[in-house]
Amino acid sequence: MNNVFFYDASFEGLLSAVFEAYVQKQFPDELLPEGAAPPLFAGRVFHVATQEERSRRVWAALEKKLSPAALRGLELVWFSAIPGSDLLLFRYIRKAIDAPASVETDFGDPVVLRFAQLCRRVSREVLRLKQFLRFQKAADGTYFAAVEPEYNVLPLAVDHFADRFSDQPWLIYDLRRGYGFYYDLRSVREVVLQDTPLLRSGRLGKGQAAEGEEQWQQLWKTYFKSIAIRERLNPRLHRQNMPVRFWRHLTEKQ
Amino acid sequence: MKEGVLEKLKILAESAKYDVSCSSSGTVRSGRGKGVGNTVGGVGICHSFAEDGRCISLLKIMLTNHCIYDCAYCINRRSNDVRRATLSVGELVELTMEFYRRNYIEGLFLSSGVVRSPDYTMERLVRVAKDLREAHGFNGYIHLKSIPGASRELVRAAGFYADRLSVNVEIPNEASLRRLAPEKSLESVFQPMRFIRQGVLENQEDRRRLRHVPRFVPAGQSTQMIVGATAETDRDILSLSSALYARPTMRRVYYSGYVSVNTYDDRLPRLKQPPLVRENRLYQADWLLRFYRFRVDEIVDEAHPLLDLELDPKLSWALRHPEFFPLDVNRADYEELLRVPGIGVHSARLIVAARRFGRVDSCQLRRMGVVMKKAQHFLAFRELAVRTVDTLPPESARALFLPARRRKKGEGQLLLDFADE
Repeated sequence: MNNVFFYDASFEGLLSAVFEAYVQKQFPDELLPEGAAPPLFAGRVFHVATQEERSRRVWAALEKKLSPAALRGLELVWFSAIPGSDLLLFRYIRKAIDAPASVETDFGDPVVLRFAQLCRRVSREVLRLKQFLRFQKAADGTYFAAVEPEYNVLPLAVDHFADRFSDQPWLIYDLRRGYGFYYDLRSVREVVLQDTPLLRSGRLGKGQAAEGEEQWQQLWKTYFKSIAIRERLNPRLHRQNMPVRFWRHLTEKQ
Repeated sequence: MKEGVLEKLKILAESAKYDVSCSSSGTVRSGRGKGVGNTVGGVGICHSFAEDGRCISLLKIMLTNHCIYDCAYCINRRSNDVRRATLSVGELVELTMEFYRRNYIEGLFLSSGVVRSPDYTMERLVRVAKDLREAHGFNGYIHLKSIPGASRELVRAAGFYADRLSVNVEIPNEASLRRLAPEKSLESVFQPMRFIRQGVLENQEDRRRLRHVPRFVPAGQSTQMIVGATAETDRDILSLSSALYARPTMRRVYYSGYVSVNTYDDRLPRLKQPPLVRENRLYQADWLLRFYRFRVDEIVDEAHPLLDLELDPKLSWALRHPEFFPLDVNRADYEELLRVPGIGVHSARLIVAARRFGRVDSCQLRRMGVVMKKAQHFLAFRELAVRTVDTLPPESARALFLPARRRKKGEGQLLLDFADE
């Protein structure tokens, strides 16, 4: 019969579930967030309580078993929030704990291979965020950018922007998930803003933009048009490299 | 921002666009909380893609498109009637900084037409880089063109501000170059390349002794060749590339399909379309040289001086060498796996790592991303009943990989041609 685990859908909860499973010697065939409808034919049902002590111990064990790259991979896959990724993580962790030697490169194994592929997919989304994010300068001197990444990867890209734009205040806001990061020249902190028209459109209005902002955008659009070679137009390649889902927030595509 | 910059930007971007290089790779430099900008190294970041599908990573622009030379293949040649413009150092620096702060670009790729003398021009390029680095604390990527004929001192000065320097070969053959660009010679290209190389090697020596010596051209140099403007074969082009890659510091050779910009010049062919397929095949061959451990004489030789336009160079090599196949995935070493069409660098690494844990079968290969449609004809499995290339006559082996022939309209239908008389 199927084993069903309910947990609170946090990363600590997942690690606690791993601990619980080893205590009970029962491993889940399905992982569900607390409150979800249980499957019609459930075997044994477990409700996992998130315990900091337990999740910390599991993480400590993983730190011994896995390389730093794989630990970051756990983070990447978790942030992807792709349906089923939590169960994949559970299986990967179980495999890592049970195996006598490192399993990270056993790409013949479907779980390990899928894990590596998801890592690549999510890191590509992080890269896309670094590529296609566009700042607009607001009247108070803050540089504002609206993003809508496919996965929840903004936290993974923030360090890059803090390093690169360390002498200008900026705000990057994930419109889809309703939170963002603000940098005030000293530190980066997570912010949740009230819903305003700005956060629905992602574009600074007339009164909000800094003086000359529109001019710079105009210059950039001009450059973007002039740099293309007319004899070589290739709209398919253009869309493949810069998918349409990003165009909404790209200055040059307005 | 003063009036007229928009117009200048337009003219000078259009003058610079035939230069292919745009990469921002090769240097890792953190922002360290000083000034603005960092470089990420690895593959660099492309911030946008123009409508021709090419990446926009750097602000690729010319300082001026006035030029004293009259090279037949160049849009900015002296005798061309195009609009000319010159950006001041201040304007250019402000453009770069403001674009960078909005995350439009990764840095600056600055080139220039030659005005007055090579040294005069080079000195102004260096001044822009210096101003960005020292007065504005700009820490992003800078790629400068090294002007052929510029003095060693100026190249050295440029190297301490720039991440990458480049000199374009353009035409890979002395006689053709003389014909199209009488004021240039191959030596005038190779000399600055040598300056850069020597600078880097000396700098490496210095840095071995003193850790705090600033880095000289940390991202090395690159160059570019025009394809299809002259009679050079792919063999000539790739041999030169391979020789250039053999020297230290040469990171990239770009190939630029010739766009007929000066149609009135009889020394050049009039092409309706730039030779895009040939350019693509050259890039594929270039990848084979750099990442797949091929030698140039394996890709093109006397019998095959031109690359096959219908098949990619790796596949055509494989079809010319059926005796090399079939390979056993579980035994072949990494270099051999790289030679199998359908297996790339990524999947070859996955295979080598995975087979330490057990045998690898065809389903696993497919999941790893190997293109089995191609690879199955070059691999021996006990499970597959597929004819491998070594058992097929050459023509039928080739036919396996050609795109399916599309039927013409009306083919297979008897058509009676009643011409009006």
